[in-house]
Amino acid sequence: MTELTGETLIAGKGAGTILRVDDAISFWGGVDPKTALISDPRHPRHGACLTGRVVAIAELRGSSSSSAVLLELIHAGIAPSAILLRDTDAILALGALVAREMGYGDLAMLKMPSDAFALLTEGRRAHVEGPRVVLD
Amino acid sequence: MHLTDDERRIAEGSEGSAKAMAMRLVAETGRLLGAPRLLNVASAHVDGCLYHGDSGTHFAERLAKDGGRVAVPTTLNVGALDLLHPDRVKGNAHHREMAGRMMQAYERLGCRPTWTCAPYQAGHRPAAGTDVAWGESNAVAFCNSVLGARTNRYGDFLDIACALVGRAPDYGLHRPENRRATVVVDASALSPALRDADVFYPVLGTWLGAEIGSEIAAIDGLPPRQSEDRLKALGAAAASAGAVGLFHVVGSTPEAPTLAAATQSGSTRTIRLTPEMIRAARDRLSTATDGAVDCIALGSPHFSEAEIAELRRLAAGRRFRMPVYVCTRRDLVERSNLSDLEAAGAVIVADTCVVVTPILPDTGGTLMTNSGKFAHYGPANLGYDVVYGSLADCVATAVEGRLTRAEALWR
Repeated sequence: MTELTGETLIAGKGAGTILRVDDAISFWGGVDPKTALISDPRHPRHGACLTGRVVAIAELRGSSSSSAVLLELIHAGIAPSAILLRDTDAILALGALVAREMGYGDLAMLKMPSDAFALLTEGRRAHVEGPRVVLD
Repeated sequence: MHLTDDERRIAEGSEGSAKAMAMRLVAETGRLLGAPRLLNVASAHVDGCLYHGDSGTHFAERLAKDGGRVAVPTTLNVGALDLLHPDRVKGNAHHREMAGRMMQAYERLGCRPTWTCAPYQAGHRPAAGTDVAWGESNAVAFCNSVLGARTNRYGDFLDIACALVGRAPDYGLHRPENRRATVVVDASALSPALRDADVFYPVLGTWLGAEIGSEIAAIDGLPPRQSEDRLKALGAAAASAGAVGLFHVVGSTPEAPTLAAATQSGSTRTIRLTPEMIRAARDRLSTATDGAVDCIALGSPHFSEAEIAELRRLAAGRRFRMPVYVCTRRDLVERSNLSDLEAAGAVIVADTCVVVTPILPDTGGTLMTNSGKFAHYGPANLGYDVVYGSLADCVATAVEGRLTRAEALWR
């Protein structure tokens, strides 16, 4: 068991297996809001499903509508169980902030230090609560 | 994060629950970003009016029901319907109803129904140095880089929240010291003909977005006084391929009269562009390079008067053998006569565009475009293969009925 500590962007808790997204991704145009699948055929993780996963994202890019896509995933009940970022991304965080304001629930979002981020290996089970990430 | 007493009272509901939610969103985002305080903004451009699902409609309707009203002049980006040509969008009844309700809710909030991703060519032009809160990545890049006004990349929901309270977090590109170029991109080794071709600029933007991301570049070695449409195309491609919110073009953009001004005489690293780097960026924009082309998509960002005039010049007296979708601003459609283009086979799209809402036949196929942004998002959003080419290539392809691209510039 490994315990890591990040910085809480959005407080919440969630658990699931880690889905690692190393190449930069835009949620708008990169994730289908109806299916939660990575839909950009040029992205190496094309076809992976975000639902219920602890999604570790190295870099976000592109559209300022990514917040809307995340809100839609949360509203539709197909969101990741937590999101771990290497860098703070206000656009993605906004989707989760609005979900909280609208009463759709809390999606845990943390910023992880880069040494901790490196330990988030694909398929490992992770429990996220507050600023802590526990890896089985 | 310091909130004034006034701001705190608004967040607690002293001016109604819509403004309270807006203030909480602005303040909470400011806290996440490490902003010390909020600042006043003079205008807003809202991208949140595009339907991605019911949640966005519910959010806008909640703000409108709770009595929200924008505090500063606010323009609207594209919606998911073409209100001037209601039959263009193929979405099902639910999509059309919810997209329409969303657009109406943003109008009820007091936003101007401009429905364009090029608000800066529809009269919304804040003065250099003004703090504003803009959404839509190409509009943000243009606002910062070409107008010299100051905005961060305000995502959906934060854009309208800033408009409702007239405030934004004081961080990032609002601060002059954060606007200096840290990377010099030297284009002088590229051929003069390439540097003076419209088709080069989205390719340069694609390279910039992919390689530089959110760093700030000063591009040097281009002919001075580049046209607004080239800078628009550069910025849109850069902001699709990476998180580019501001770039400088020495001799063309207001914060870069000289290279030293763009870098604020600070330290930089230099990247020298080679023809190979540019060819690789051009290749990345196409997922198909031969075979049949099914349609042409133009106008991301929305075509300007000058771009329409150029299309008209290239298309004069010719007929298209495939649909040529021309996405543009409603104010331009309303005051110009585009019937000659329509007679040639153009399909005029206003208020929205072909990459954000279902307009193209859902059969898949190959789309050709001169837009770096369309080329970038087309495959994922539409399920179409994409070929990138110049406007002249697109017109030639439409007229000939087969893929035609001039290759000489890229050799």
